[in-house]
Amino acid sequence: MMLKILYFASVREQLGQGSEELPLPAGVVDVAGLLGFLAQRGGAWEHLAEIRNLRQAVNQEMVGRDAPIGAEDEVAFFPPVTGG
Amino acid sequence: MTFPGPPDHESHDRFPLSRPLPREGGGEIRESLTRFPYMMVRVQEADFDVGAELAALRRDQPQIGALVSFVGVVRAASDDAGVSEMTLEHYPGMTEKALAAMVSEAGRRWKIIDAIVIHRVGRLLPGDQIVLVAVAGTHRGEAFAACEFLIDYLKTRAPFWKREVTPQGARWVAARASDDQVAERWQD
Repeated sequence: MMLKILYFASVREQLGQGSEELPLPAGVVDVAGLLGFLAQRGGAWEHLAEIRNLRQAVNQEMVGRDAPIGAEDEVAFFPPVTGG
Repeated sequence: MTFPGPPDHESHDRFPLSRPLPREGGGEIRESLTRFPYMMVRVQEADFDVGAELAALRRDQPQIGALVSFVGVVRAASDDAGVSEMTLEHYPGMTEKALAAMVSEAGRRWKIIDAIVIHRVGRLLPGDQIVLVAVAGTHRGEAFAACEFLIDYLKTRAPFWKREVTPQGARWVAARASDDQVAERWQD
């Protein structure tokens, strides 16, 4: 029962990490809560939630920060997309 | 000419994949997720042959009377600097699903017969092909509209990120507000 978190593009570079797995932190029920938990790590993590236009996906669907998170979900953080 | 019914939108997030995703270097969704007989989305490092892809799309579909395609190419210059190379990153799994959902949405909005999207990832050089969007229809009008919709949506919604190398160094390409405005034309 592990939460998987993915970081892409400039977000990945700022954090120096592309992915991680961890047990769902106590008290975290949504994306905003997860960002709050990650910010406690300090350094670049403190600024993750403040990245301009930060996008997030839960189980590969784009969502808002109020989206719920479960113990085995896949959460991703990334900047606005620039393909095509 | 009659058209089959609309795609089943409730199945978007759980359509069967023809092969496991993600795969190294990219992935492919290729099955009759909707009423489309051929329908394919593919993410790959390799280049693609536009002629061969269009021929495959048309094969055994004699009702097709119009085939509209868009090819995106790496420009040698960005806003203010020369670009010597570019690297495209994507979100394996989510990218393919997002592209497939866009194709389904195009099929809901327009009477098109079939569509494909191929997008490259990895290192690309100026002049290289990046993306192919092709839409087949009975007549050109709906095919043109659906093709434009697909590339507009792809640019603002599919998880791809460009990192370009210029004389000033490497940088992540910023999203353009103009792309968002163009895509908003298609909002219901």
